[in-house]
Amino acid sequence: MGEAPAAVELRGISKSFPGVLANDEVSLVVRRGEVHCLLGENGAGKSTLMNVLAGVHRPDEGEIRVAGRRVTIGCPRDAIDLGIGMVHQHSSLIAVFTVLENLLLGRGEGLRLKTGEALAALEEFSALLGVAVDPWVQVGRLSLGEQQQLEIIRALWRGSRVLILDEPTSMLTPKGVEDLQRVLAQLTRQGLAVIFITHKLREAFDIGDRVSVLRRGRLAGTIDEATMRGGTFAELKQMVVELMFPGEAARLARVAEIRGFEGPARRSRRPAAGPPLLELSDVLIPGARGEVGIDEPLSLAVHAGEVVGVAGVDGNGQRPLAEGIAGQRRAAAGDIRLAGTTVRALSIGARQRLGLRYVTDDRLGEGVAPPLSVALNLVSKRIGAPPFWVHGRTKKAAIERHARALVEEYDIMTPTLDTPAGSLSGGTLQKIVVARELSFSPKVVVFNKPTHGLDVKTTAMVRDRIGRLVEGGEAGALVISTDLEELLELCDRVAVLSRGRLMGVVENVPGAEQEIGALMIGGGDE
Amino acid sequence: MSSLLTSEFLAALLSGAVIAGAPLLFAALGETVSEQGGVLNIGLEGMMLFGAYGGFVVAHWTGSSWIGFLAAIVAGLLVALLMVVFCVRMGRDQIVVGIAILLAVEGLTSLLHAAQFGTSYPRLGAVPTVRVPWLADVPVVGPSLFGQPAIVYIGIALVVVVWWVLSRTNPGLHLRAAGWKPAALDNAGVDVLRVRTVAVLVTGALAGLGGGYMAIVVAGVFVPFMTGGMGFIAIVIAMLGRGRPLWVAVGAFLFGIALSSATSLQLAGVNVPTDVVQMLPFVTVILALIIFARQSYLPSALATPYVRGRR
Amino acid sequence: MSEPETRVASPPPAASVKVLSGVWRGLGPIVYALVAGGVLLLLMGRDPIGFYATTIESGLLSQTGLEQSIIRMAPLLLMSAGLIVAFQAGLWNIGGDGQFLIAAAVVAGLGAPLVGVLPYSLALALLCVIGFVAGAAWTIVPSVLKAWYGVNEIITTLMVGFIGIRLANLLIKGPFLSDRSLVPQTDVIPFKYLLPYLPGTRIHLGIVVALAVLAAVHYMQTRTSYGLSLRMLGASPKAAAHAGLDVKRDIVTAFGLSGGLIGLAAAVEVLGVWGYVRADWNPAFGLTLFALVFLARLNVKLVIPLVGFFAVLSIGGHEAARRAGLPNDFLLLLIGLILFFMVFTEWARTKGWTAGMRLRAAGRTSQREAALDE
Repeated sequence: MGEAPAAVELRGISKSFPGVLANDEVSLVVRRGEVHCLLGENGAGKSTLMNVLAGVHRPDEGEIRVAGRRVTIGCPRDAIDLGIGMVHQHSSLIAVFTVLENLLLGRGEGLRLKTGEALAALEEFSALLGVAVDPWVQVGRLSLGEQQQLEIIRALWRGSRVLILDEPTSMLTPKGVEDLQRVLAQLTRQGLAVIFITHKLREAFDIGDRVSVLRRGRLAGTIDEATMRGGTFAELKQMVVELMFPGEAARLARVAEIRGFEGPARRSRRPAAGPPLLELSDVLIPGARGEVGIDEPLSLAVHAGEVVGVAGVDGNGQRPLAEGIAGQRRAAAGDIRLAGTTVRALSIGARQRLGLRYVTDDRLGEGVAPPLSVALNLVSKRIGAPPFWVHGRTKKAAIERHARALVEEYDIMTPTLDTPAGSLSGGTLQKIVVARELSFSPKVVVFNKPTHGLDVKTTAMVRDRIGRLVEGGEAGALVISTDLEELLELCDRVAVLSRGRLMGVVENVPGAEQEIGALMIGGGDE
Repeated sequence: MSSLLTSEFLAALLSGAVIAGAPLLFAALGETVSEQGGVLNIGLEGMMLFGAYGGFVVAHWTGSSWIGFLAAIVAGLLVALLMVVFCVRMGRDQIVVGIAILLAVEGLTSLLHAAQFGTSYPRLGAVPTVRVPWLADVPVVGPSLFGQPAIVYIGIALVVVVWWVLSRTNPGLHLRAAGWKPAALDNAGVDVLRVRTVAVLVTGALAGLGGGYMAIVVAGVFVPFMTGGMGFIAIVIAMLGRGRPLWVAVGAFLFGIALSSATSLQLAGVNVPTDVVQMLPFVTVILALIIFARQSYLPSALATPYVRGRR
Repeated sequence: MSEPETRVASPPPAASVKVLSGVWRGLGPIVYALVAGGVLLLLMGRDPIGFYATTIESGLLSQTGLEQSIIRMAPLLLMSAGLIVAFQAGLWNIGGDGQFLIAAAVVAGLGAPLVGVLPYSLALALLCVIGFVAGAAWTIVPSVLKAWYGVNEIITTLMVGFIGIRLANLLIKGPFLSDRSLVPQTDVIPFKYLLPYLPGTRIHLGIVVALAVLAAVHYMQTRTSYGLSLRMLGASPKAAAHAGLDVKRDIVTAFGLSGGLIGLAAAVEVLGVWGYVRADWNPAFGLTLFALVFLARLNVKLVIPLVGFFAVLSIGGHEAARRAGLPNDFLLLLIGLILFFMVFTEWARTKGWTAGMRLRAAGRTSQREAALDE
């Protein structure tokens, strides 16, 4: 098999944002009929590079060739016209529109909607991909896997010859990933080029024909087809780790993203957990409009000295669960007890004062108040309380002393204590949030996707903090995560949530991941 | 009180409701277009007022109400252009710009009017009415509903047009996408800013026409500040209508009834202070908001400027 | 999508440059608006220089003009304080005029009977409290709708404001109607019962009250836990709720405080200047002050000079407009223009158009600052 012709060629692409060089002279060739995986840490520049190709960002320098011809891509329309389709990490479907309306968006110059054509296309491409989608249903009612299929269908109908998938598996069940893999095989057989962005090694090797690694905005290297076919997993892994973290591989070996397919470094089971600190009994927490809530009575306990995980694909009731415990939503039924005291009717603030903490997954949206300073954000859950406030009056010195100590302890990278939190990176924000929630001796901390979107070092630091929190046997933690490996690394027990139901609780013993996977699929209808 | 149910009273009430409701209908339809596209047009009142002024002056010069209406549309468009430049293109705060528009137009029209006419208020002739055959002969309802100036029928036709565009056409789909999830529209290769620009201009044209109607048909005269909060009522009607033109029309008509009931009540021999009557529509809105508060929803990207690549 | 790294490393500009550019940020739009307004005057065949000269002369340089301007500042400052409290908490209280007029009507209506029976200072203090309560009460509907049902307060404050304007009229023509006057108005509070003058002037005590209130508001915002709660609410309602603040209480109290201060402004105006309220009286400070407070970026210290400027403009501009044979509403146009130019310079700054820009960090920083200021 000779080399297939290049579908897309990027030459020397550079793109900078104020204060950061996101892409630094990246060159990359993607051939027809291949799945080309882009690997790299968060912030390595994968998404920026693909957004340049899709017309979301304009490159500062460099050229793009499509099917051998030099092109300028100034806006998403240009990219679509050139046959480049992108399925963004965050769905670009409109939830309140029907499947058909979403398909029609941006189609046709005429006045009337081309409903008939859209129906025909939907039928044709559904058959090609081997999926079934109801054209008249609101997209918000589809599962995330179905939404992704719809996005792929839409890209195909627009005549895409190059399909970019940005972290497409992060929201899918194991079954959904299998389906996706099957669809991609079908597409490459048709001669499409697929660019597959991921930060999971295992996935890259399973799905990709070639793998390119980005590091700090530069192309660190590409593993070609021959090597991919010939190499063992261990060899390939070694190559990628060297490319991703030259010289640091050994030190970072414990971090899940690198550990990849070796299987998680399982945390030793604690001999005996202490008394129950957080008890949920038959709790019902309704979801917001179009959101899955905790719709069946859920009972779960977290004991002192224990980390309990909650596994499940995003959008299966995690956020209602977390917010219901924290008090940001009311439980419709059941009881929530904290160290024996019922807190179901208590406000958020009252629960905090009893020692309940919540590390939200929405760092920028609710975790911090972006315009306020780092110092104030570090004490924002203790407004009015001594020693920072006395009779309602602000004690600036006390706040600063406390903030400075936390900045030191958690290595929070901020120019000054007065810097607005909103100007800091996601990792730094998470450090602020974690530092704030872990101070003043918490009893139970709920972590919602605590390392989502963080770089490797911050991830390691956050996981380390979760471990240290429960070490003394005084506190317990509930870790909600979509990253199964993270849960296997951290937890004593893992509960599985699917479609708002607690499917079961699994002891974290060897072989647990199979059991968890089975529970996840059992509850879904994907 | 039995005289309240006489046919004279009903006829006066209905015809008054149509006359008073028509400017609301134009403006609220316009605001619906903006809001569906994600622009909260607080400057609506300013667009109406400038439309009223422009429409009046041109109708006064030319003696033609139709040219007057055209001028009102142009005047509304001019003001909408400010909104386009500052809010859509520059992405500035829609509330601040809306208030700036209102203040500037209030000052400007008052100033221009004083410069041209001093303290005199010339009047326009009555606008001829068009009787719809057959329907106008229906007792009570007929003459009041089907013997209106032609522009009223255009307004009613516009309800259907806006409904059709919003639900059945590509521009309508793009408009709604711009209001719900502009990034999705952008990714689909449609220029969000262009869609919103057109939406705001349409709003300006319709609001201008509504204002022109007030000056040319209802009052026959231009008085500074003459729109007196009608633009804000129209915003509320659009919000309560939630993007459904038919409901907007119903809302405009109901408000028309509230606004015109003063004169009708006087005809019926009931004397209600004007302050009470002028309060009535606002009280209605507040009551409506209290009753429907839980259900009112608006496009999720309303009042948020769009910048590509920023989340 | 990888969030681009946003930390910007550049040395902070020298303090003097910062102050200068800050001053220009406030002054620039005013100067541009005055020039644009001048051009319009010229087009209308009036002499802009003469117009502005008359404005300054009769609003600032003459003894009575200056006193008038300072007297005018008192209600304006109090009302600004009210608006600042609401805006800082992210609440758009646009119905200030209704709150003002309701309070004015109640204070004037109850004033005449009260001053006769109570001791002088007690009556004044009580009437100020009544004004405060009346203004605060007029925010209850919007604040409850906002706090419990999330109804957009821009619309509700406006609507309730319109109702307030009408209801004030009804009060004046109804229960508070004076039978000693031909025009509908309240009874007149005798001159000797009005607020005392500052020694040696004809300026009433109101300005002192206003400055004290502003200082208190500033203290509250910067040095108290309640002030921080409101700032959190304004910065991010979700973050405020997440932090365990009582968001509903904060919305209702901030709105109440805002309306209360506006009511106090009305009380000071009635008790300091008029002694009665006539039907259909409406100074309509609301939207113009909205503009000024915005121009001052919700900063108490900047509001004082800006309100002073506006007071001079409205006292002197009245005379200038009269001489030029123009309606008073020229002032509205000026304020509108100032807002437009302010919005424009903000935008130009984010685009790196102004000279001050080069002294600052990269575009995103100032964009963020703009966001903070709003």
